[in-house]
Amino acid sequence: MRRSLILDVTVRAVFDSAVVLSLYLLVSGHNRPGGGFVGGLVAGAAIGLRYVAGGRDAVDSTLRVRPWTILSVGLLLVTLTAAAPLLAGDAVLAQPFVEADLPVFGPVAATGALPFDTGVYLVVVAMVATVLDAVDPDPGAAPDPNPDQGPRPDPDPGSVAERRGAAS
Amino acid sequence: MLLALLAAHALLGGAILLAARRLGRWGFAVGALAPAALLVWLATVAGRVLDGRPARSRLAWIPSLGLHADTSVDGFSLLFAGLVAGIGLLVFAYAWHYLDASPDAGRLAGLLTLFAGAMATVVVADGVLLLFVGWELTSITSYLLIGGDGRRAEAREAARHALLVTAAGGLALLGGLVILGSEAGTYRLNELLAAPPSGPAVSVALVLVLAGAATKSAQVPFHRWLPGAMVAPTPVSAYLHSATMVKAGVYLVARLAPAFAGHGAFRPLVVGLGLTTMLLGGWRALAPTDLKQLLAHSTVSQLGFLVLLFGIGHPATTAAAVALLVVHALAKAALFLVVGIVDHGAGTRDLAVLPPLVGPRWAWVRGFGAVAAASMAAVPPLAGFVAKDAAYAALVHGSAGDRLVLAGVVAGSALTVAYALRIAVGLHRPAAVATVAPAPAGEPAPRREPAGGAHPHPPSIGFLAPVAPLVGLSLVLGLAPSWWSRVSGPSGEALDPAAHPHLVLWPGVGAPLALSLLTLALGAGVFGALVADRRRRLARAVEATAAGAARRDPFGAATAGLLALARRVAATVQPGSLPVGVGLALVTVSVAATAALVGGPWWPGGVAVVGATANLPVAALLVVAGLAATLVRRRYVAAVLLGVTGYAMALLFLVHGAPDLALTQFGVETLSVVVFLVVLRFLPDRFESRPPLAARSVRLAIAGLVGAFVLAFSLSTAGLRPDRAVSRAMVERAEPEGHGANVVNVILVDIRGFDTLGEVTVLVAAAVGVAALARSGLRPRRRP
Repeated sequence: MRRSLILDVTVRAVFDSAVVLSLYLLVSGHNRPGGGFVGGLVAGAAIGLRYVAGGRDAVDSTLRVRPWTILSVGLLLVTLTAAAPLLAGDAVLAQPFVEADLPVFGPVAATGALPFDTGVYLVVVAMVATVLDAVDPDPGAAPDPNPDQGPRPDPDPGSVAERRGAAS
Repeated sequence: MLLALLAAHALLGGAILLAARRLGRWGFAVGALAPAALLVWLATVAGRVLDGRPARSRLAWIPSLGLHADTSVDGFSLLFAGLVAGIGLLVFAYAWHYLDASPDAGRLAGLLTLFAGAMATVVVADGVLLLFVGWELTSITSYLLIGGDGRRAEAREAARHALLVTAAGGLALLGGLVILGSEAGTYRLNELLAAPPSGPAVSVALVLVLAGAATKSAQVPFHRWLPGAMVAPTPVSAYLHSATMVKAGVYLVARLAPAFAGHGAFRPLVVGLGLTTMLLGGWRALAPTDLKQLLAHSTVSQLGFLVLLFGIGHPATTAAAVALLVVHALAKAALFLVVGIVDHGAGTRDLAVLPPLVGPRWAWVRGFGAVAAASMAAVPPLAGFVAKDAAYAALVHGSAGDRLVLAGVVAGSALTVAYALRIAVGLHRPAAVATVAPAPAGEPAPRREPAGGAHPHPPSIGFLAPVAPLVGLSLVLGLAPSWWSRVSGPSGEALDPAAHPHLVLWPGVGAPLALSLLTLALGAGVFGALVADRRRRLARAVEATAAGAARRDPFGAATAGLLALARRVAATVQPGSLPVGVGLALVTVSVAATAALVGGPWWPGGVAVVGATANLPVAALLVVAGLAATLVRRRYVAAVLLGVTGYAMALLFLVHGAPDLALTQFGVETLSVVVFLVVLRFLPDRFESRPPLAARSVRLAIAGLVGAFVLAFSLSTAGLRPDRAVSRAMVERAEPEGHGANVVNVILVDIRGFDTLGEVTVLVAAAVGVAALARSGLRPRRRP
């Protein structure tokens, strides 16, 4: 698909911030607004923007792993966190609580909720990636030989109609 | 210990299934360990059990629900479990030879081991729910065993028929058991039977339980699956479909009858069912020339007899029924094994094409078959005669109703004699019996061409050996009835303390002996009429019944009707048009939920119309964007406007102090717009030309209906706050117990963590579904 240079650059700039924001939401979610689900949504939206700007290749080069892998890891993390307390003789989903004094961050408290929430985050991100993967309109497209070299020059700048999806 | 043995069946069966290919028929050698161990254990407890002290055990299953795996081995359970394990052992030894060339042997061995464990569970369970679990497991293993490797349509159809009938009966049984349990206040069989509950609910429960028993034990009108199940290999038929599984229903009736026979319609229902089944099965057994079909119908008939005798529920009939149960298990298992040997050696079991079986080994086969058939037909001095004599005596000395039943039983027994003669004579001179036309359409057609040619190869000694104990026991029990009484006594007394068996070889001159002789004479007469009549009047009458049954086929009609109904419903609800589908879903939700709202407090007083002033601009934005979305002509613009309404909702949440909700709404909305944009590339830029006025007004009406419903729903749910909101406790406990200041997150990951776990799983399933749906039409593609 054709690319818009301006949109592409903007999205690349926004993308990193959005991912950092999503991670912040994930980590701080237990005590401030946020959480794994919201964080996953923000990261998913960021990936969606990359898709709108650069198509499947952009998403693939960003994620570097298949959506299925992320999906499986997320589900595994959630399930294992839920089941882990059984080994200690506790009930399913019983959550351990640890407090530690880290060098830079100062006193930090963490619960078993964090890995659980991370699993939720991963599943949501993977869900978005899967949907984008599935609706890709160009299944026969040749893979980008150099996925990490940034946007290709637009060979046909006059084709506005092709860029409609990105523009609106 | 007993539970460990049952678990060993399951583990061993599973292991054999895993290694089925490698083990082949060695699976039977491995699997036989399980019933052998069970048999040894039964022998160790036999002494105390026969003294009247049941061996009980309990394992906590789900203690928080008060659910335990209770087992209790009393005299009757001991007898039944002994049959299951003992005949199981013989069948395993037999199958080793029968399936010597079958690639499917390993799988069958594993399944048979699983089945043996499930069946033993049924008969030793004291907790009714454990009984139910075993019951359903036997249905499932039976399904897999009948279906074979799934390559033959005929086998699949028979397996499906058997599974649907027995599983539907199983559901009825579960319902009945639960009602019985809650009425009695206990789910333990021995407590339930010691103090049987009564009342209208119990009557319903009994009918449900009987429905379960009738489907499992192939009683009219559910009997049709059993002849179909004969497509399974002969060891399976011998074990499941004659000696053990089909007796699960008989077991249940036997357990319940002493306590419940007088309750409501129990006795007339059971006796009516049993008698009809006995007569119909016996009549149908006169027609087939396929020996297995013949045996299947005869099993149906005998099961009817057993259900009838146990169902009467009097001590004397119960004691006689226990004896008959043993007789039938021994005789029928032996007959099935004999037919299997014939089939294996001659390549056919159809009397019409079966060559004469000549040779010393074949003489043994014929002899075994004749003795087993004679025992079934109650010829003295075999076990069958002793048991049937006890049954006649019990009925003769019973009430007036019993004597009415007696007439039917004599008729049914005469038919038994007739078809037993068909088997015994058929094994010696096939051509003499094969004057009757073959099995009707709709039932498995027998193999026509004998694969073994005109000279069937005789069985090996090992192949023949498992039949010998069955036949020998039929003879020994008949010759030593006093010993049999001693062993059989505690079995009957476990059901009914007054059920002492009266088993004798010489009953003395009297009504029972006269009836026995009359039965034999009548049966011989029927057989003579069948064979000697050149114009085949009797034979044609039997065939007419069979043909009529094949024509009616209620099971086929019911399944076909159900499928047709499903197709019609699907075609109506999902006609393939998106507007119609969505419209139907919306109208259904609105109408159904509105119906639930009617009568509720749908306009609570405390709802403010405007609320905070900050609401007003947000509401205006919502309304404008919503209206605009319906009016614009370009799809992209509509999608973005929909997104604007979502963002406005997020603002509204923010105004009301719910940042978490607002954040989530914001994220969801952004994603929705992105997905819309991606998907809309497949559609034209603009909406299609305006639909005709009629269609538009229908859509407007649906939209209005949904809008009105959502409004009413929001208002009424806002008024339905309980006095003390659940959220308060969550807020209070979030920080100290969940270690989180964000209550919403603590709820998601801790308080309602199970819900989140489920939702994540749903999300994964949805992702898989989306991917599968989108790719279903695409060719495989390369990945970078």
